[in-house]
Amino acid sequence: MIRKPWRQLPSVLYALAIYGFIFLPVVVLVLFSFQDGRFPIPPLKGLSLRWYEAVWNDGRLMEALANSIAVAVGSSLTAVLLGFLSAYGLARFKLPAKGLQRALLTAPLTVSYLIIGMGLLITFNAVGIPKSLVAAGIGHVVINMPLCFAIIYSQMGDHQANIERAARDLGAREWQVITLVTAPMLWPALFASFFLSMTFSWDEFIISFLLTRFDVTLPVEIWSLLRSGLNPKTNAVGSVVFGISVVLVIVLELVVFRKGRRS
Amino acid sequence: MAATWKRKRIDLGPWAFVAPALLWTAAFFVAPFIVMAVVSLWERVGTDLIASWTFANYLKFFERGHFLQAMVNSLEVTAIVTVTSIVLAYPFAWIIAEKVPARWQRLALVLAILPFWTSYVVRSYSWLLVLANNGIINQALLGIGLVDEPLDLANSRTATVIGFVHFFVMLLTLTIYANLVQLSPNYRKAAADLGAGPLRTFWHVVLPLTLPGIMVGAFLTFVLCIGDYITPQVLGGNNELLMPQVIMLQIGRRADFPTASALAILLMIVVTIAYLGFARWIRLERA
Repeated sequence: MIRKPWRQLPSVLYALAIYGFIFLPVVVLVLFSFQDGRFPIPPLKGLSLRWYEAVWNDGRLMEALANSIAVAVGSSLTAVLLGFLSAYGLARFKLPAKGLQRALLTAPLTVSYLIIGMGLLITFNAVGIPKSLVAAGIGHVVINMPLCFAIIYSQMGDHQANIERAARDLGAREWQVITLVTAPMLWPALFASFFLSMTFSWDEFIISFLLTRFDVTLPVEIWSLLRSGLNPKTNAVGSVVFGISVVLVIVLELVVFRKGRRS
Repeated sequence: MAATWKRKRIDLGPWAFVAPALLWTAAFFVAPFIVMAVVSLWERVGTDLIASWTFANYLKFFERGHFLQAMVNSLEVTAIVTVTSIVLAYPFAWIIAEKVPARWQRLALVLAILPFWTSYVVRSYSWLLVLANNGIINQALLGIGLVDEPLDLANSRTATVIGFVHFFVMLLTLTIYANLVQLSPNYRKAAADLGAGPLRTFWHVVLPLTLPGIMVGAFLTFVLCIGDYITPQVLGGNNELLMPQVIMLQIGRRADFPTASALAILLMIVVTIAYLGFARWIRLERA
């Protein structure tokens, strides 16, 4: 290999081309968010933070940002809690039709968000539940709970069941076993499913779009910004969203996967 | 003492753990789906919905050209996107798995999927910036004199496909890489011992062994692509509509829930057929 470095050239060029393709839109997005002009297109007229200032001063955007965080945290906590309890129940107890229950719990993974959102919209409409952030949050739990269940269920091994049995023999009650023994043993899985749910909820558009009206989440607010065409403000808020997502991913990578591998 | 604790544990009942999740899924996933199925049989007269049992909404799909055309468009775009993404992602994943030193592979992979985490809406908007008439690609082409006037890249099927391929190349790189590194090097050594060159080894050993993984990724791409509304809506322009756009038009502009429900169910049927096709394929490969 070292004797013929030219033979590696096609691989290097190909990898660089794909990296270029993958990063092109992100680089353009972030670069022109600093545009000192009215349009986020070449030429770059100079660097300025005025569009970030505009985002900061935009009440609706900041409100949507807060809404998005609230919906993401609330729906993810619910999804993790329900996913964890059901995984515990199915992994540790004798229950009838376990296969069917697992299939039912993971079924939403195979249906597109558009259809889940539409079903909820029509149903809420019929029952008289108004569009709101809570309605969108309910939808986010529907899409994230199967994921939480699958992740946590896959991590429930037999050696943990033995430790739980030992705790019960030593006099622990069921809720003590769950909170003091099972949950701490599974915390990498719990943490991973929580952060994955957060990123999915944070990013989700179509369900929020269908189920919210006056108070909206950030992707929906960005959507209405798009109507004004190419605008450096959209670049700025897009860059902020990207930054937050990357921070979430880095936290996930560092805290969960590093620790998970060590233990 | 121990006996009392034990009795309390049984009293709680294992259903208490599973019930909340099951009830949630039943109330907010199964029930809405049934409601949607029922509403798809309703009639819409003027702006009123009339409960009835009619397949008129489904017949509409076959009678009205633009519904059928939207389904054809969706299938075409999805097929082009799936094939293009696999063809681009496979060599890339292979290079990361084979050519990048082991200690740098994780970084190479994390970098390769970093833009995956840009918001869905923002990602499509970013491609609009890149492909616009006065965007960076057209400016570059004009600058080096390759074209005389800007190419109409944005607002077309090409733009939709580029937006999709960008997303799915990242996704498929991840799944194909995971598949490639799981392969035991013994297979390749055995092939080499038996006299196969690198190309033959790849074609007859590595590729067949990674095919199930490719098919899983292809199915994932198919499902996510055919159900996506944002990418075609932002990048596709007004010349042609895909199924999710047509469904959203029924909801948004006309509040025609029966037609929207029927179209959504037809889309689900197509996805189910695709699933059956893929599932059989994957199982055959494993046998």
